[in-house]
Order: sequence, then C-alpha cells, then structure tokens
Amino acid sequence: MRLVSLDVDIAAPRDMTRRHSTVATFTLAAVLFAGPLSAQEQLPIRNCTWCHGSSAQGFANAPRIAGQTRQYLEMSLQSFKNHARDNPYSKQYMWGATANLDAEMAHGFAAYFSELPAEPANDGDAALEDQGKAIYSEGLPDENVVSCIVCHGPKAQGYERIPRLGGMGYAYLKRRLEQWGEGYHAAAEPMPRIARNLTTNEINALASYLSFIK
Amino acid sequence: MPIMAGALAVVAASSSLAADRDEGGDSKHGFQAKLEYCKTCHGLSGEGYRGYFSMPRLAGQQPKYIENQLRAFSERRRVNPVMFNVAHVLSPATLAALSAHFKALNPPPSGGGPKEHLALGKTIFEEGLPESNVPACSACHGPEAKGHEEIPRLAGQLYPYTLQALSYWGKERGQGGTRDDTSAIMVPTTHNLTQEQMSAIAAYLSYMK
Ligand code: HEC
Ligand code: HEC
Ligand code: HEC
Ligand code: HEC
Repeated sequence: MRLVSLDVDIAAPRDMTRRHSTVATFTLAAVLFAGPLSAQEQLPIRNCTWCHGSSAQGFANAPRIAGQTRQYLEMSLQSFKNHARDNPYSKQYMWGATANLDAEMAHGFAAYFSELPAEPANDGDAALEDQGKAIYSEGLPDENVVSCIVCHGPKAQGYERIPRLGGMGYAYLKRRLEQWGEGYHAAAEPMPRIARNLTTNEINALASYLSFIK
Repeated sequence: MPIMAGALAVVAASSSLAADRDEGGDSKHGFQAKLEYCKTCHGLSGEGYRGYFSMPRLAGQQPKYIENQLRAFSERRRVNPVMFNVAHVLSPATLAALSAHFKALNPPPSGGGPKEHLALGKTIFEEGLPESNVPACSACHGPEAKGHEEIPRLAGQLYPYTLQALSYWGKERGQGGTRDDTSAIMVPTTHNLTQEQMSAIAAYLSYMK
C-alpha cells in the first residue's frame, strides 16, 4: 500500500505533482513524514535528479541512472548504504544520499529510474570505438581479458544485476574501470578481477565504444 | 604466430594499471592466470554463471569431453564466437591441466529449473520415452549423470544452458560438413524431445548432485 502510492506519485512528471489526486498526494506525504526523512525530501525524485540531471541522464560526476536495470539499481543503492561501494565519489555523494533509505524506498527508486528512457552520452573518442568494440565482444584471449558481451549483452543492455553499460558517459565508465584496479569496491564480483587485467589504453577504448551505444 | 601476437601485446601494455602484466611474464601468462580467466566466466568454483548468456558448469566435467569440445570450438564444428576466441590460443598442455583442475571441483548444483515437471524429467532420464524413440539418458551419461570420457557430465548443469543446448543442437554442433564428430550421437535424441520434455529434463538435471 505504501509502495503503491509512492509509485503513483513519483511516476508523474514533476510539474504535474500539484495537480495530482489529493488521495495519492496525501498518502505520499503521510509515508514521508512517517519515516526519518527531513522536510526537503518530500519530493524524493528531486533529491536524486538534483545531481543526476532532471531526466536522470547524468550530470557532472553523477552518472546516468535512467534506463538502468532495476535489480542493479536496487543492489547499488544497498551497496552505498552499507558502504560496500567505497569509491571516492560514492563516499562523498551517495553515502549521504542513501543514509535514510529503507528497502522499500530503494525498491521504489529503482523501479522508477529503470523505466525512464536513456540517451547515449556519445562523448568518447570515436577513433577508439572499433578497438573498444573488439575487446567488448571478443576479449583479448592472449592477455586473459574476458569478453564483456557474455554478461552485459550484445547491446550492452545488461541483465538483472549486471548493469546496462551502453550509452553511459565516458568519464564515468573510465573511472569505474580504473578504480577497480586501484582496489575500490572490491565486493563487486567479478569486476575487480576483470578490470585488473585492462591497460589504460584498453579502458579508454572500451569506455569510448560504450558511450556511443544507443 | 600466436607467440608473436602475445609478445606484441605485452610490449603494447605499458600502463601502470597492467604493469604487472609485463613483469614476471609467467605469473600473468601462466596456468593460474588462465585458470582465473576461465573462472571469471564459468564461476569461481566452476559452478557456472548466469549472465546475459549462460556459462556452463565445468566442475566435475569429464576431461576428455572438455578437451574434445575445445577442439570443436576452435575448429568451428561447434559454433560459439566467445569460446572460439578462448579456445584457439590454448596449448594442449594448458588445456589438459585446466581440465584436470575442473574435474576435481565439486560445488553444489545450481538448481533453479522450474519444479513442476521434475517427475517427468526423472522418468526421461532413467527410462527414456520408448513411444517417441527417446533413449534413457542414463544409458550413456551414467546412472548419476556423471558422464564418461567423451560423454559429458550433466548433473548440476545450469537449467537455461541445458535447455539451450538441447533446443539448438543441430544449429550449434556438428557444423562444417564432412567431418564426423561426437555430437552426431545426440541428434536423434534432441529431435524427438518436445520443448516441454526438454525443459523437464533440464530442470531435473539442474538439481542433481
Ligand atoms: C549530491 C549528489 C548526488 C545525489 C543527491 C544523488 N546522487 Fe547518486 N550518485 C552521485 C555520484 C557522484 C555518483 C557516482 C559515484 C561514483 O562514481 O562512485 C552516483 C551514483 C549513483 C548510482 C550508481 C550508478 C551506477 O551506474 O553504478 C545510483 C544507482 C545512484 N547514484 C542513485 C541515486 C538515487 C536513487 C538518488 C536519490 C535518492 C541519488 N543517487 C542521489 C551523486 C548523487
Ligand atoms: C561474468 C560476468 C561479467 C563479465 C564477463 C563482465 N562484467 Fe562488468 N559487471 C558484472 C557485474 C555482476 C557487475 C555489477 C557489479 C556490482 O556492482 O556488484 C558489473 C559492472 C560493470 C561496470 C559498472 C557499471 C556502472 O554502472 O557502474 C562496468 C563499467 C563494467 N561492468 C564493465 C565491464 C567490461 C568493460 C567488461 C569486459 C572487459 C565486463 N564488465 C565484463 C559482470 C560482468
Ligand atoms: C568470456 C567468457 C568465457 C570465458 C573467459 C571462458 N568461457 Fe568457456 N564458455 C563460455 C560460454 C558462453 C560457453 C557456452 C557456449 C555455448 O553456449 O555453446 C562456454 C562453454 C565452454 C565449454 C563447453 C561446456 C559444455 O558443457 O559443453 C567448455 C568445455 C569451456 N567453455 C571451457 C572453458 C575453459 C577451459 C576456459 C578457460 C581457458 C573458458 N571456457 C573460458 C564463456 C567463457
Ligand atoms: C547414445 C548415447 C547417448 C544418449 C542415450 C544420450 N546422450 Fe547426451 N550426449 C552423448 C554424447 C556422446 C554427448 C557429447 C556430444 C558432443 O561431443 O558434442 C552428449 C551430450 C549431451 C549434452 C550436452 C552437454 C553439455 O554440457 O553441453 C546434453 C545436454 C545431453 N547430452 C543430454 C542428454 C539427454 C537429456 C539425454 C536423454 C534424453 C541424452 N543426452 C541421451 C551421448 C548420449
């Protein structure tokens, strides 16, 4: 019941919220005041889009979360909350953003953002696109670099807890892959072992290729 | 030729992230590194992994079957682009050592198949379906589905993998014409099973220890 009314409200475009049925708005307000949330969190989506961009396509250091798989979003929110994801920007921004998030809210946010349409960032180096595509689909067997396609899918669309990578921002993807090599977010099986085997050049190529996928 | 390609790639790998790749070439290109590579896809205990595609369980698998299949992948008799790339750089000695390693692993079965038709799966496995010319699987794969030599272990295999293997048998295996290979043995069996029967047997096998 709580979750249903939350979904109804957050699924409405922001400028529609005021015209929303009194019943739904009232229930949402009751939910929020019942929890340990501060007053500014009455519009929970805005709390996220403030950093992630108004349509959740990513902004500055905050990655695109629109169109990400629901299971991955939900798992990620838990991993910020329990501090398993300890990358510098995660610590700086997302630990706080998830401190008061209960499981139900995490589920609601994940469901909401996974349904939003995603746009490709298109911000990689086009000259590296072919190299990135080759590593993504074939791996580098001589160097024990696995192909990414088996888990992340032919269109980098993701699968359940395995995230969608297609069209995510170049700088974010590069940082993620590099930080596993530096020891951050060690719990993210199997990615630390995979990223450790990649050179900087290979990371740049992969991040470039992925940034162009629609 | 493969040695040349490897050497070039090592020279190209100059970043600090992969620095350990060029030091002590053996540890980065030796048996342990190759094993870890296989396990990244096939599961840390060889139990299989479900990504966008299913990576089959290798734990407890017959070494002869593994070696046979890797040859089939690299000769493209068994069509799979991912495993073609994996297989064509392996030396016979490395492959033999990897196969022996996987044979010795024994993680619990992954399970996960739908439970509605397990009884039908058990019947097919033990007795076959004489009225539709489906032999008992146990006749070749053994009463505990552990396999023997070129005949694979089926026990504990991932449900979606077995289902796919049975459903697309003739499209993925025994390709490339004249060359006779062991996959022909399974053709009549896969022809005569309905989709529902395939699902039942794949589910039954996914729970077998
Ligand atoms: C103060 C800015 C800020 C706020 C507010 C914020 N985020 Fe984030 N978020 C970030 C940054 C920066 C990252 C990247 C962390 C990193 O690089 O390690 C991130 C990462 C994430 C990720 C991981 C994405 C991925 O692909 O792994 C998810 C999911 C996420 N945020 C969801 C949310 C949700 C839901 C909210 C609202 C409850 C929210 N964020 C609020 C800044 C913010
Ligand atoms: C065996 C399956 C598997 C393979 C192969 C694989 N990944 Fe992943 N990947 C995952 C999983 C699972 C996660 C989520 C990890 C977590 O956060 O717990 C992930 C997460 C990621 C992320 C983080 C995305 C985000 O939104 O923050 C990136 C980037 C990534 N993988 C890139 C790659 C690349 C590049 C390759 C190939 C070189 C690859 N992956 C191969 C399973 C895999
Ligand atoms: C990038 C992921 C990946 C890596 C790395 C990988 N495999 Fe595979 N492997 C697969 C996939 C996917 C299949 C299923 C192919 C199919 O559906 O026909 C497979 C199938 C197999 C099979 C056939 C199993 C059966 O039951 O018929 C064997 C044997 C095998 N792999 C051995 C290995 C070995 C040994 C290594 C390491 C040298 C390895 N694989 C590395 C993804 C991988
Ligand atoms: C006449 C002997 C024989 C019988 C009977 C038989 N199989 Fe097989 N099976 C084989 C052989 C040999 C292979 C290896 C084929 C190859 O080399 O590609 C195999 C392979 C398989 C594979 C592929 C395993 C993998 O890991 O990819 C599956 C699945 C399978 N059999 C299921 C069954 C089922 C289910 C039945 C009963 C309905 C059955 N088999 C009956 C001989 C048999």
